[in-house]
Amino acid sequence: MQLIACPWCGPREEIEFSYGGQAHVAYPEHPASLTDEQWAHFVFFRDNPKGPFAERWSHSAGCRRWFTAVRDTRTHRFVSPPEMTS
Amino acid sequence: MTAGTTAPKPPGADLPEHPDHLWRDAEPRRAYDVVVVGGGGHGLATAHYLAKNHGITNVAVLEKGWLAGGNMARNTTLIRSNYLWDESAGIYEHALKLWEGLEEDLDYPILFSQRGVLNLAHTEQDVRDSVRRVEANKLNGIDAEWLGPDEVAKVCPIVNVSSDIRYPVQGATFQPRAGIAKHDYVAWGFARRASEASIDIIQDCEVTGFVTDADRVTGVRTTRGTIAAGTVALCAAGHTSTLLDMLGVRAPLQSHPLQALVSELLEPVHPTIVMSNAVHVYVSQAHKGELVMGAGVDSYNGYGQRGAFHVIERQMAAAVELFPVFARAHLLRSWAGIVDVTPDASPIVGHTPYENVFLNCGWGTGGFKATPGLGWAFADTVAHGRPHPLVAPFGLDRFVTGALVDEHGAAAVAH
Repeated sequence: MQLIACPWCGPREEIEFSYGGQAHVAYPEHPASLTDEQWAHFVFFRDNPKGPFAERWSHSAGCRRWFTAVRDTRTHRFVSPPEMTS
Repeated sequence: MTAGTTAPKPPGADLPEHPDHLWRDAEPRRAYDVVVVGGGGHGLATAHYLAKNHGITNVAVLEKGWLAGGNMARNTTLIRSNYLWDESAGIYEHALKLWEGLEEDLDYPILFSQRGVLNLAHTEQDVRDSVRRVEANKLNGIDAEWLGPDEVAKVCPIVNVSSDIRYPVQGATFQPRAGIAKHDYVAWGFARRASEASIDIIQDCEVTGFVTDADRVTGVRTTRGTIAAGTVALCAAGHTSTLLDMLGVRAPLQSHPLQALVSELLEPVHPTIVMSNAVHVYVSQAHKGELVMGAGVDSYNGYGQRGAFHVIERQMAAAVELFPVFARAHLLRSWAGIVDVTPDASPIVGHTPYENVFLNCGWGTGGFKATPGLGWAFADTVAHGRPHPLVAPFGLDRFVTGALVDEHGAAAVAH
């Protein structure tokens, strides 16, 4: 089991965390003006890289706060310190 | 040994010896009518049916590693067709019917053993969903029945149906025609027939890019040179996104590790297949005697072909509670395959924005069972340049139209 560094609590075992998928997916600024295809991409389509991936994590069994971290999907290793963003 | 006595055979004694060479390890030529990317079960089955059903034999199957060394070597070999929706019932039942005649078709033993599958229900909602699925299966001509706990114990005596466990068994769906097969033999059988039809199976040949001309792909760049292609058929499972990224095409796929494990060889104790969606474990006993168990997917994306230990720990806790007899079995080895999960737990098959590139992916945790059915329908799709009716509901466009085929319940693996 690997340790994940919560930016508020420090390193904790990964079972304390929940996965939130790709980071930096913003809600559309003008949702009413989106085409069906644009909606589909917002709702369903996410990047799936083999390599570094910026993603959301929640320390759900700890401080319950969200943060963003970059992890390499080939090795599962976190490659940059998590950011303190909620 | 004296004449007239028969020594007890060890488990697996009846298995055929590993054969020498069943297919040619081909060198890539400069051009093919059809290039299939991915030498796993789906790619090999597609190649076989291209030759058998359509007479298309100027075909290459490109495999980045060794033949059937990806998910085809890592799955738990369960075969069933008890899915909820008509669209899924169509393709999975077509596959199951082909499985039933596959040994004759391939002229090769695949050890298809129709021992039935129990999908356990542990809550009132499980019961309602399961009964609904049984009735939907019957309407689609698929064998299915609902069993109460006592009947579950008759089909599989080692399941703990006591009401005194954390998630008591409230019943199960049962599909008697479900079964298991020997995954390596399936791959070898398809490869052998494809190779006999002069299709080239090219191993150690990774696709590194595509040569495009407007809305067509004219060739495939590989670690063994550029290969011109009339039509390209993608069968790359968990690595599909890496290929689509090269083409600039997006698909709603997320690649996750899915873990499985086997015990040491045991005497036959487990007569059927038992799956439990609620507690994340599914178990059968392989021909040689190993208990084969699968887990739910690891929560985060990963291509590393290994998963986290706590997932296995949870899976084992569930297995031992459901099967107390397993408590002293030893874990022999564990592994992970990379499964390409879609938002509705159904596959994506059909057109891409490139007119001569066809997509087959998104089978997620359940691609093995579909192998012959998909190969049949995908070969037809490639041969005619339009989706076969059995795969037409599974186009990439359904995520825009909203015509999803939600099989999270029947997929039976948590994701």
